[in-house]
Amino acid sequence: MSDGGHRRIDIEQIGDVTVARFVDKKILDETNIQIIGNQMFGLVDDEGRQKVVLDFTNVEYLSSAALGKLITMDKKMKAAKGKLRLCSVRPEIYDVFAITKLNKLFSMHDDLDAALQGL
Amino acid sequence: MPWVEQFELHVNSQVGDAHSVQERMIAALERLEYTERDVFAARLALEEAVVNAMKHGNGMDPGKRVTIGCRVDSDCARFEIEDEGPGFCPGSIPDPTADENLDKPSGRGIMLMRAFMNVVEFNARGNRVVMEKWRGAAVEATAGSSL
Repeated sequence: MSDGGHRRIDIEQIGDVTVARFVDKKILDETNIQIIGNQMFGLVDDEGRQKVVLDFTNVEYLSSAALGKLITMDKKMKAAKGKLRLCSVRPEIYDVFAITKLNKLFSMHDDLDAALQGL
Repeated sequence: MPWVEQFELHVNSQVGDAHSVQERMIAALERLEYTERDVFAARLALEEAVVNAMKHGNGMDPGKRVTIGCRVDSDCARFEIEDEGPGFCPGSIPDPTADENLDKPSGRGIMLMRAFMNVVEFNARGNRVVMEKWRGAAVEATAGSSL
């Protein structure tokens, strides 16, 4: 995985699905977002993962710059004919997705079990 | 009623420099027992406004400063962020929720500021924004405004 510094994403493999859980509570800092983005993109660009679930369990704050990285990740997964899902997004964070209508772009699920269904 | 917390600081256009200022502002809200929702809103809007000022206003020029002002009392948290750039027209930002813009990686900061803060007002030049969060008050959906 492209690191660029301290690991920001915990990876768990469940069958052929890669579960990537964000470590940071606040995904706000631009430098941090850049590192997180690189680590996320590495899953598809470098490691060729085809099924990825992004787990937001730990995430309490998310800025628009982070949304941008998620959009780019979604594009990369689609280009690689892979599948990307998001899960365990807190209500306040879900509001951010809903306000920006990105809840229509991403496949979002209440929890990891729901996200794994049919993947 | 006098402001409980009031300060104005200048930071260079490096994003990390503003975080201690932002944390001080948020700590003031927490001391005054603003709700978690209010604190969430203020923290997010502040981050968006400060990053916009540094990145888009000042072009990440470390020689340019961002002025961050904060006034907080038990009912209202008011933030003023000003950059040294040429300014812009807030109305010129494309709607990020339009179908053709949905997959663009940027352009959502101001929308989020307006969605979470009770007041978001730009000066005529567009290099200064004033935001207010009123304790416990839901945000009304309004069109953007400028001073």
